[in-house]
Amino acid sequence: MGKLYERLKLDYRFREGFNSCINCGTCTAICPAAEFYKYDPRLIVNTVQSQDDDEIEKLLKSDTIWYCGECMSCMTRCPRKNAPGLIVMALRNLSIEMGYYMESEKGRQQYVLTKDLCGSILKYGYCVYPRTFKYETHKEAGKVWKWEEEHLDDVYERLHANLDKNGPGAIRKIPKEDLDDVKRIFDVSGGTSRMQQVEEDGLEKAGELGLTEEEYSEKVNTECKIDHFNH
Amino acid sequence: MIYEGKKKIWSDYQKDIPDDHYFYVRSCIRQTFFPASEAAFLEITRNRLGKDVFETEHHTTCGGIAYHCDTIPQETSMTIIARQFALMHKYGYENFVCSCVTSFGLYCETLEAWREFPELKEKIAENLLKSCGLEFAVPKVLIHSSDLIYKYRNPIAALAKFKLVNKKTGKPLRVVEHIGCHYSKMFPSKGVGGAEYPYVLIGMIEAWGGEIIDYPERRHCCGFGFRQYFVQANRGYSLANTNKKFESMEPYNPDMIITNCPGCSYFMDKWQYVIAEMNHKTYGEDGHGIPVFTYEEVAGLVMGYDPWDLGLQTHLVGPEPVLDKIGIPYDSDAKYKGVNGKNIGKPEEVDCIK
Ligand code: SF4
Ligand code: SF4
Repeated sequence: MGKLYERLKLDYRFREGFNSCINCGTCTAICPAAEFYKYDPRLIVNTVQSQDDDEIEKLLKSDTIWYCGECMSCMTRCPRKNAPGLIVMALRNLSIEMGYYMESEKGRQQYVLTKDLCGSILKYGYCVYPRTFKYETHKEAGKVWKWEEEHLDDVYERLHANLDKNGPGAIRKIPKEDLDDVKRIFDVSGGTSRMQQVEEDGLEKAGELGLTEEEYSEKVNTECKIDHFNH
Repeated sequence: MIYEGKKKIWSDYQKDIPDDHYFYVRSCIRQTFFPASEAAFLEITRNRLGKDVFETEHHTTCGGIAYHCDTIPQETSMTIIARQFALMHKYGYENFVCSCVTSFGLYCETLEAWREFPELKEKIAENLLKSCGLEFAVPKVLIHSSDLIYKYRNPIAALAKFKLVNKKTGKPLRVVEHIGCHYSKMFPSKGVGGAEYPYVLIGMIEAWGGEIIDYPERRHCCGFGFRQYFVQANRGYSLANTNKKFESMEPYNPDMIITNCPGCSYFMDKWQYVIAEMNHKTYGEDGHGIPVFTYEEVAGLVMGYDPWDLGLQTHLVGPEPVLDKIGIPYDSDAKYKGVNGKNIGKPEEVDCIK
């Protein structure tokens, strides 16, 4: 039994999501990611089950573990009560802890995700916040969102929201004392150190490539150089 | 026979949904994209049905999207959740209702992990005390806000001004229901009807006069996929999965879609526009898309609320065909007006989909 497998066993999601796999392929049949990407959750579970550290290391360095959409459809169906989706979450966590995620295109995307989502939580108390959800980078939200963005205060007032104001209500201003609580939660639970690590890893890579922070963000957010797709 | 047996087991299964006294927490996605739906939920439960649904401004995100984009450790999301539960306790409540399916799944996962691994629960209680000085508590009952609307579906029907029936033909509207993966795929017993026969939306539609459509990809994910949407390079995943669902439901001619999860509502509405732009294909009648509604919007419509008060003007796919079929009156000139008729312009025209 290898060191990486031992590390995986420390993750509660792994303990909850991994029993024993009979390679039936049911998870792969139901998986939305398996249809779109070169992705096979059955193979992931089987690799982990082998407890072969070399194979697990390859997996942790690959794009493969980043293809899952965490829909958890597989969890309902597995006859052995495995949850490939939870196993993937444990693999991703370990991949970040080991720094292996920097070796894959999809893994490096954690830089923008971490910056945007954790930044939004700490600044506003929300994962998604209308003033930072821009039509320019979300054209699929359509011209109606463009109009909402241009008239945000009026539109949200019409929709009975309490945008950036005190007191309860939709998209209210979350009081400073509560944001301070959340910051301290990040500090004591490993959220802050995770953010710092991902930021440092990203900036180091940006430096290697001779890119500014913005250029690097743009690159990881939009780059698709590898053929990830299941044609 | 086996199918019938399984269906019966789930139809006999009743989720515990107390009648009253809830601590309410909002959803990042619902309050950003469907704030009027959350307003309708509170208006209906509090003002029309007289229930006690309490909200404090001190609650925050549950961190669910960040967690499912793998940007925060499990311990971080669990401590944020412990804080939400502690606030519930502090304000004297023990029933917890959340407005988001992602949150609901994560709250279920968290409670299950705490039950299974007591040392983890202790660690989180310690984190909570250290970071927020709050006392650790767990809810007696955890539900999703649709569970409550489901529970009140008959009282809502009794107050309804409209039915989900085509006024001209007298036939029930044909409705696609989309549950949202995290409602019951992880923990089937936590959802009304489980993962195989989720009944939460069906119950509403049947009580309000509509007819549910079964179609092959009914249980397929909407395609959100968290990192598969939030990273621009991955968005094709999300679009492709929504496209698969629409191709599958098309032959069944749905009049409308009702969703449980605000994310699904967003994607099933917006991606129809992108499919129309890219493939020149629309799935409704005469160049229209299939209108997508949250369950609060549908409840509000049958109860006679103004469609623009419910926020239907912010949908990409226009709701008008459904309003016309039911016979719900609306003022087209008021669609994009602000409070007190304030002129705030309107969106640029889109010609690929109505
Ligand atoms: S469904 Fe379960 S047992 Fe079957 S291949 Fe997937 S993980 Fe293994
Ligand atoms: S959770 Fe991941 S592996 Fe499981 S069905 Fe969804 S996309 Fe596939």
